[in-house]
Amino acid sequence: MSTFLGMPSLPVYGTGNLHASESFPKAAHRELGNAQLRVNLGHATHTIRDKRIQVISELPDWEHLRDTGSAIKEAVMARLPELLEQFEENFTSRGGVIHWARDAGEANAIVAGLIRETGETEVVKIKSMATQEIGLNEYLEGQGISAFETDLAELIVQLDHDKPSHILVPAIHKNRTEIRDIFLREMPSVDPKLTDDPAVLAAAARAHLRRKFLTARVAVSGANFALADSGTLAVVESEGNGRMCLTLPETLITVMGVEKLLPTWQDLEVFMQLLPPSSTGERMNPYTSLWTGVTEGDGPQTVHLVLLDNGRSAALADEMGRSALHCIRCSACMNVCPVYERTGGHAYGSTYPGPIGAILSPLMTGIQAEENNSLPYASSLCGACYDACPVKINIPDILVHLRSLDVDSKRGKKKIPTQMDAGMKAASWALSSGKRLGLLEKGLPLGRLATGPAKKITKLPGIAAGWTQSRDIPAPPPQSFRTWWAKEHRRPKIDAAPAPSPEKEDQR
Amino acid sequence: MRIALFATCIVDAMYPATARATVKILERLGHEVVFPSGQACCGQMHVNSGYLKEAVPVIANHVAAFDAEDYDVAVAPSGSCVASVKHQHPMVARSCGDTALEERATAVGAKVYELSELLVDVLGITDAGGQLGSYFPHRVTYHPSCHGMRLLRLGDRQAQLLGSVVGIELAELPEADQCCGFGGTFSMKNADVSSAMLKDKTAKIIATGATLCAGGDASCLMHIGGGLSRQGSDVTTLHLAEILASTVEEPASVTGDIRVSTRKATR
Repeated sequence: MSTFLGMPSLPVYGTGNLHASESFPKAAHRELGNAQLRVNLGHATHTIRDKRIQVISELPDWEHLRDTGSAIKEAVMARLPELLEQFEENFTSRGGVIHWARDAGEANAIVAGLIRETGETEVVKIKSMATQEIGLNEYLEGQGISAFETDLAELIVQLDHDKPSHILVPAIHKNRTEIRDIFLREMPSVDPKLTDDPAVLAAAARAHLRRKFLTARVAVSGANFALADSGTLAVVESEGNGRMCLTLPETLITVMGVEKLLPTWQDLEVFMQLLPPSSTGERMNPYTSLWTGVTEGDGPQTVHLVLLDNGRSAALADEMGRSALHCIRCSACMNVCPVYERTGGHAYGSTYPGPIGAILSPLMTGIQAEENNSLPYASSLCGACYDACPVKINIPDILVHLRSLDVDSKRGKKKIPTQMDAGMKAASWALSSGKRLGLLEKGLPLGRLATGPAKKITKLPGIAAGWTQSRDIPAPPPQSFRTWWAKEHRRPKIDAAPAPSPEKEDQR
Repeated sequence: MRIALFATCIVDAMYPATARATVKILERLGHEVVFPSGQACCGQMHVNSGYLKEAVPVIANHVAAFDAEDYDVAVAPSGSCVASVKHQHPMVARSCGDTALEERATAVGAKVYELSELLVDVLGITDAGGQLGSYFPHRVTYHPSCHGMRLLRLGDRQAQLLGSVVGIELAELPEADQCCGFGGTFSMKNADVSSAMLKDKTAKIIATGATLCAGGDASCLMHIGGGLSRQGSDVTTLHLAEILASTVEEPASVTGDIRVSTRKATR
């Protein structure tokens, strides 16, 4: 056994599919050019959005549920080590085996080792964000192990050698015609006369998957919840493919982020009311599977759980950002996000797209991780995500916090300040005194003169060119309000509300 | 009542008519308006861009300016700037460990209202035509800005006030709650996404057949108006305050060059 040498150095940042490979504006520019993607996304997000609003309107205690969910998660984060130990004890005493993984590399190696022990080279998989995050499928492939996704949308993405673009609807960027073409190209023994009728496509996938379910001896899953007081794991799903994976194979290996814990069974009551309406817009999801260790003669007889950190401790260490770990992966934030709706999930680079991804990825990798530092800026701070979040993660505030970490991390490291740095410094000087701003405003008529007869500015240099790429700026007024007010109040007024003459009023 | 006007920097420098209209409305109701001369900006641009260190002097200046003035309540013709004063000022002061500033900022924030909030909740205005003499005979659509809607929970206060203006024809804006894409420096840092959002917003505004789009935040209106102008549309934008200040005797102009579109008189 290893010798204890004191606390491990914090923070340990996450690895795997958490890193953007290019900056968000650059990736967004490319994705915005895809007209088909915009149509698919607009249609899909609006449909889920409307369903969610409808179902939530039926719940009179929705806000109370959100508050409760948020409070439970906050309590979990406050006593995570203790709850993890309680869970480990209960899970182990019921026949499960716990493995701890610090990062993606450790988790992948553990899972591969466990599969190798069974002698199998094929596994079936339940849709799981944690295994996407660590890049498990790719790693296993390199180890000579084939992992078959069994969730319909994950299957589509896997067959197309693509990446998921949404955490709940991974193939949201594809329409049914594109899906038919993928099946025809990639699915062995598929009917060559396959149509793009959703029922026909689902039947083709079912036939394909059934063969895998009946032969697989090892399954890999994620988990939505883990209950500390009983050592129980839970998977919430729609298709029933997860249930097949959880019950048919002999060995079940689950990979779960440490933040998924809930203290008690009773807490599940809150989250089972919060999750389905927020994710699929359903009153209740079709399949909820719960398992507690091993039950002799029923289901998998070897049950493993890999508890994954991969940057979660780093996120937890950030006082302002830690509530990002409350996320239950419902995807409501991305469904209401005007930025996600237009760029899609791939623009965010990481496994976690949309508003939650824009905070979670840089929190887990550290803000200094190249390109992930562009993610906190991928928001107009409209706040729709915060309103939609079932556990009330204040995403806009965390975005602003991460922006400040980004700005601070670069201070004093650049030889020449960026235009933004210089502009912000100058603006801070000008805007921290009414006198200075008033003096600068004396120059407004000059700016007005410079705009010429059109009375508008259509082209600006440098970073401001971003503005004039699609908007004009009006000519400045002849005088500021401050100047007008000073003139008006130079002498005592006779009338409380003098009516200015029409010419004066029009002198803007 | 003695009411302190927080003009906001963008209105002060670019849209003085909006601040003048705010003064006009309040004086018409018999209140005394004061303008704390030390005021400049709420610092939201700095905070939202991550420049907290640079935001501190801006915030301190705002707090000092309003601390020094004697008034009952303060008002700003902007949901976004009011939200910044109320929410961001104490937060930034706290994050830089300035407890004294945090306390003073909290006190200043507690006294400031967004215009429609002040009119409806404090001054009891529910009928702009009857109580303010507001008259504006135009077809108008309305965009509720995000921060007023989600941070201040203004609800339908602005729309109700607009709807009670005599002569106005209010055309409902589909998906009105969708952001226009401004977002401060977001419009420059992520200009492509911002422009895509703006394009959808302006298309919906134009489709309403309205002469102009009203709103409670000059910054969003500058963004939307700038987009409409670039697209060659005759539709313009106008602040809620100017519509409420407009009367039969002194009707608001809907074509001033400040609103970018100079195409034609629509009145």
